[in-house]
Amino acid sequence: MIVSRLGLGVMTLVAVSAVVFFSMALLPGDIAQQMLGQAGTPEAVANIRHDLGIDRPIGQRYVSWMSGVLHGDFGRSLASGRPIAQIAKGRLVNTLFLASFAAIVSVPLSVGLGILAALYRRRPVDTAINVFTLLAISFPEFLIAYLLIYLFTVEARWAPSLAVVGTDTPLPERLHKTVLPVMTLTLAVAAHMTRLTRAAIVNVLASPYIEMAHLKGLIAWRVIVRHALPNALGPIISVVVLNLAYLIVGVVVVEVVFTYPGLGQLMVDSVSKRDVPVVQASCLIFAATYIALNLVADVASMIFDPRRSL
Amino acid sequence: MSRKLALLKSAPASARFGLVVVVGYGVVALLAPVIAPYGETQVVGVEFAPWSAQHWLGTDDLGRDVLSRLLYGARNTIGIAVLTTVIASVVGGCAGLIAGTLRGWIDQLLGRLVDVLMAVPSLILTLLLLAICGTSIASMVTIIALVESTRIFRLARALALGIGQLDYVTMARLRGEGLSWIIFREVLPNASAPLIAEFGLRFCFVFLFIATLSFLGLGIQPPTADWGSMVRDNATLISYGQMTPLLPAGAIALLTVAVNFIVDWLVHRSSGLRD
Repeated sequence: MIVSRLGLGVMTLVAVSAVVFFSMALLPGDIAQQMLGQAGTPEAVANIRHDLGIDRPIGQRYVSWMSGVLHGDFGRSLASGRPIAQIAKGRLVNTLFLASFAAIVSVPLSVGLGILAALYRRRPVDTAINVFTLLAISFPEFLIAYLLIYLFTVEARWAPSLAVVGTDTPLPERLHKTVLPVMTLTLAVAAHMTRLTRAAIVNVLASPYIEMAHLKGLIAWRVIVRHALPNALGPIISVVVLNLAYLIVGVVVVEVVFTYPGLGQLMVDSVSKRDVPVVQASCLIFAATYIALNLVADVASMIFDPRRSL
Repeated sequence: MSRKLALLKSAPASARFGLVVVVGYGVVALLAPVIAPYGETQVVGVEFAPWSAQHWLGTDDLGRDVLSRLLYGARNTIGIAVLTTVIASVVGGCAGLIAGTLRGWIDQLLGRLVDVLMAVPSLILTLLLLAICGTSIASMVTIIALVESTRIFRLARALALGIGQLDYVTMARLRGEGLSWIIFREVLPNASAPLIAEFGLRFCFVFLFIATLSFLGLGIQPPTADWGSMVRDNATLISYGQMTPLLPAGAIALLTVAVNFIVDWLVHRSSGLRD
């Protein structure tokens, strides 16, 4: 079961890489023609086409692009001419740093709040958590980001609104600069996780063995933590991992707001410059991370719920 | 008519609030040219003027009236989001119903295609397609409609599969009814409640998505007034302690909350769930 799920993941990745690559063939017109504009003589266009390798058949190009990617070579950027792997590497590290920082904060927070809401369901605490999470889901990320900037940078003068970090920024300074981006991501992601954690536990609470535990005279939080939580763990873990996958996307907007030098910002910049090879490379990296996390979610829920792996 | 009124009266406060907000936005969007004090792209004063009697909400980075642009923005942002959601629902809904009713190779082909498209996060897929097609309103509407239609396809297909097993659909098949009769007269009426709720949810999603793209500078392009790009263009004001740039973002959030309330109520009603 787990092996076949892994195989499916690899197949999905190959199919996605094909979509990413062949969608470029939909491009109206010719990149070489566009780069040179009106002034391009047929010879110059042919030269550029040869340099870019787009005079070869598309199937052949896909195979060579894919083998390059597997060796960590994503080709060259159209805008700057530099190798994409070199541009993207540092930015990928920055993005992963931001996403993992946000994950470390948001996962315990939302699982805790979800348990709290399930414990006090239909009481004021639950209602407050419900309203707050619904608001957080409805707010666009950039609104949350600017609200936080307004509160913590302008009013409280407590955290910087720009998260410009370099490779040599020491860790404490890096943490301080990324406080607001992390808070934004946490608010965006924790809302979903909290709601679904609550739903998963409430689901289990209807079972007879929970009633039994109550009848034995156990106190409420012990019933939840020792009896309900282990059985709700499967769905909770898959929700957590799926939301980590969502973090990967949320990172794009947050990086732009706080001008954080990550992969998402690179991708948005490259889309406006129409630097297709860079967009393809970042798309592939994001998609691969997303698919891998989805895979982990499925495998984890199989491990925690043996019925599913039969 | 009286039944509809009774239905409205039975709505919880949150759904009524949602309906009032949605109707309000609709009126503002339709009447924008009448109620806006200035033109959509008219430069009326100095840049970043503070709130005053002439310009209730001040002026933006190019000296245009913020209130007028906010009103016109309702028209553009909501209009484009509705258009996109309608296209996505029609394409995804029809494809899903056909795949679920016919089964066979069409179902397999469309299903696998949707699987691959859904394996990539929608924002990332949209950014890729925008890089290829260029950033214009037409290409953005087409791309988002395509990306979102995959979600509607899944739901419509699942509904059609379930309803297709019921006796009365088998009867219609045995009677020799054509595909379009089975889909539109037998399956669709029974699938409409969840599909309408899905339409509302998709609208929220598309609306936030377009706002986000415009905010990133890749969606609705200037000088068209739009809430996402208004936040982007005036964001510098926030560092001077001004709330004006948050107004369009707040307008986005309010509409999303309102639509969510209505959808919750509809889902609640059609499913009869209590919790």
